[in-house]
Amino acid sequence: MNLDDLDDLASEFRNAERDVERELRVCMAASCQSSGARPVFDSLEAQLKTDPHPGCRLKGVGCMGLCSAGPLVAITPPEAGIEEGLLYREVKPEDAPELVASLDGPPVEHLRCPTDQPFFARQQRIVLEQCGRIDPDSFEDAVAHGGYAGLVRALSELTPAEVLRELTASGLRGRGGGGYPTGLKWSTIAKMPAGQKYVICNADEGDPGAFMDRAVLESDPHRVLEGMAIAAYAVGANKGYVYVRAEYPLAVERLTTAIRKARRAGFLGGRVADTQFAFDIEIRLGAGAFVCGEETALMASIQGLRGQPRPRPPYPAESGLWGCPTLINNVETFANVPAILRRGGDWFASIGTQGSKGTKVFALAGAIVNTGLIEVPMGTRLRDIIEVIGGGIPGGRAFKAVQTGGPSGGCIPAEHLDTPVDYDSLKSLGAIMGSGGMIVMDETSSMVDVARFFMEFCMTESCGKCVPCRAGTWQMHALLDKIAKAEACRADLELLETLCDLVSATSLCGLGQTAPNPVLSTLRYFRDEYEAKLQGDPTP
Amino acid sequence: MPPATPQPNVRVVTLRIDGRDVSAREDETILEVCRENRIEVPSLCQLDGLSVWGGCRLCMVELAGQGRLFAACATRVAEGMEVSTNTERLRHYRRLILELLFAERNHVCSVCVSNGHCELQALAQRCGVDHVRLPYRQARYPVDSSHEMFRLDHNRCVLCTRCVRVCDEIEGAHTWDVMGRGSDCLVITDMAQPWGASGTCTSCGKCVQVCPTGALVKQGTSVGEMVKDQHFLPILARRRHLA
Amino acid sequence: MSLERAKPPLPDEDKRWKLVNATMRRNGYADHALIETLHSVQDAFGFLDETSLHFVAASLDLPLSKVYGVATFYHLFTLKPKGRHSCVVCTGTACYIKGANALVEGLRERYAINPGETTEDGHLSVLTARCVGACGLAPAVVIDGEVLGRLDTPDLIERLDTLPDPEPTPASHRPPTTSH
Repeated sequence: MNLDDLDDLASEFRNAERDVERELRVCMAASCQSSGARPVFDSLEAQLKTDPHPGCRLKGVGCMGLCSAGPLVAITPPEAGIEEGLLYREVKPEDAPELVASLDGPPVEHLRCPTDQPFFARQQRIVLEQCGRIDPDSFEDAVAHGGYAGLVRALSELTPAEVLRELTASGLRGRGGGGYPTGLKWSTIAKMPAGQKYVICNADEGDPGAFMDRAVLESDPHRVLEGMAIAAYAVGANKGYVYVRAEYPLAVERLTTAIRKARRAGFLGGRVADTQFAFDIEIRLGAGAFVCGEETALMASIQGLRGQPRPRPPYPAESGLWGCPTLINNVETFANVPAILRRGGDWFASIGTQGSKGTKVFALAGAIVNTGLIEVPMGTRLRDIIEVIGGGIPGGRAFKAVQTGGPSGGCIPAEHLDTPVDYDSLKSLGAIMGSGGMIVMDETSSMVDVARFFMEFCMTESCGKCVPCRAGTWQMHALLDKIAKAEACRADLELLETLCDLVSATSLCGLGQTAPNPVLSTLRYFRDEYEAKLQGDPTP
Repeated sequence: MPPATPQPNVRVVTLRIDGRDVSAREDETILEVCRENRIEVPSLCQLDGLSVWGGCRLCMVELAGQGRLFAACATRVAEGMEVSTNTERLRHYRRLILELLFAERNHVCSVCVSNGHCELQALAQRCGVDHVRLPYRQARYPVDSSHEMFRLDHNRCVLCTRCVRVCDEIEGAHTWDVMGRGSDCLVITDMAQPWGASGTCTSCGKCVQVCPTGALVKQGTSVGEMVKDQHFLPILARRRHLA
Repeated sequence: MSLERAKPPLPDEDKRWKLVNATMRRNGYADHALIETLHSVQDAFGFLDETSLHFVAASLDLPLSKVYGVATFYHLFTLKPKGRHSCVVCTGTACYIKGANALVEGLRERYAINPGETTEDGHLSVLTARCVGACGLAPAVVIDGEVLGRLDTPDLIERLDTLPDPEPTPASHRPPTTSH
């Protein structure tokens, strides 16, 4: 199969829908479903039966981004983004007659959500380009919107070495948090002697407050499969695993459907897209262990063991799953790959900053007006993300800090809001990019309390293998608890800092090495709050 | 030309440890080379003949040109490597890690069967831990005396997993494993049932001999009597390796 | 030479064992199928009891202690029967900032149970989860698999108090619910 054949297939799928003039898209991702999208969908479906509108198609789609305004319904021409149509917020089942009636008349003003607001206008969507546009359960819809074009281009026009060159040229770095250059990682595995190799997609999104990967899997699962298949072709693997959290049942369900349909259509399995290349993917469910986001622990878990990390080197690239060379990238990294193959590495490298190319998906949550999912170019200022796109802090309260990177990250105060976001700038502020969770805190949050919250998280998620993490996080949590209750003295604070240094320097894996970060960054920017606690200030 | 005699596929490298030039086979770990050259590096979970665990973090060393520390037991040597095993920073970390271990469970040497024969105690003395600055966790742990020959005292366990590894890798019984996670981890026999009721334990006693502390001991030993004998292990391991 | 070990007989007549067996067969009874198999036991029975762990260990030819170690490592697996209803309070960061702790406290006051416990009459299990991914709706609670957002303590208690209590059925007959 070459690109022309795929194009024919896509046109065929589009033609089958050529009578559709408008689409009624109902967000059926987890967040809108929890605010009641399913009954809205059902009542729209019933209403369209009693009040038929030929040319209008009701479609369940993935995440449109503005989760706080869910359930969201968009009415758009087919092929169009939501910016070009009408978006309705907080739709209830009883609004269905009015919405369907409005298809022939003026829009329903009291439900409208403006799409020219910065939340939509300031985004640049690569990973999320089809989220909220396509039906995640439909293989045809994915292909009709350009799905698998990157894979077919790779297989029919490029050698594995050329795929690696595109990836290296793109400057893509791992989106799971570490920011390791993806092209370099792939090349290392490609250089390992031919034989059994594996590709693993890390979908164990464990950071509390991060839901980017979940949204991608629920909204556009074929993109992730395509990215994995391209990776497998480039490094010479024929077997892939998606390790996904069992806490994400909807994502698991849609991924399962996508794998089944991709297999049936010949885009996974023995002869991918009618070529000699063979690649198949299996799902492995996590079982509630944050540490399994660490790559060696993740592999142990796939092998049916306790999810405990092991010392590196050897790195998975050399000795991974069952001792074979293994490529591990996270969901967002793989989701970037099809676009790079379709539009070229140079195009991708033209977006972003010097050291961080492309875009980044962030999950905005906490004390912010627009909670939800956004995608912006690397280098966007934090202030733009929070005040412009995020709409600022609700309730007239003042901004205090934004927490990035979850339990491994740090809190960034107001004076650094003009920092352009990329891997290196966040690191220099004592935070990390992480997987993309951004929790905004207003003046009512106590930073000592936040540090204690994250330390409690790390303590209960520590696997127990190495002493500094197992016993050190317990001691640090006890000290933070003492400080938060204003029962501590200066020696306790000094001991806390000593332990922070020990745990980050000597722990076995990333969980322990980064566990002190929330404490260190709050000490760096909000030391006065710790001092106040030492002086006996009992306010929480 | 005659065919070259096949050489064993292992190269020899030279490296510097604490300023001393040493040579080593490429497949050796830093810790092994240190031991060969009588350079003392503290370690607790590592034991010759058992697989590498890398959990106690006492054998961390510094490598020139590398920002982070490396566990000597889990890091292979390389040509030109410069290793420091005994800097002020490392000594400080080792003291703290030992303190963490003491504070984690209820280690009281004066009433312990292994007093005077305990690796944790010996390490503490060597590393200058004369008191523990951290508060003890004071968690209550049970003692399992159900086995007719041996006794398990969780209060003295450091979770080094030597017992788990020796039981699986040398004895082949896999009676032991670890349950739970984080500081709730416990070593268990079978389904966390009393040791004496275990259907898989062969009563070989290897776990008792390799235990570095007084967590696993022979029944009937009183304070300070439990002497451990680990010498049989490397021999068994080598035999296993050859087979 | 490999000796095919005889597979152990099913523990009892219960048809759900066939589901468990199917999972293991699909994975060729390989040891790495352990977590998948434990998932299928928990899906079928609601929790992992000693009988099922023995059966899985024997079928996959794994040491008992290893199976028990894995079952207790992962928070999602539970070795105790769950209540007829479950209430999972999300304690992710966004929910924490927006007051998840108050919900946990409220439940403790009303039902006298801590997270991870079940009321004595087996009516309700209270659990906590590390982020259910509904941060836009913080604080989020999952009641019997349904995610509910932006609840305060009185709302939550009212909802839980009005949950139907049908004929008490053995907890193991409940379908699986989201837990942590």
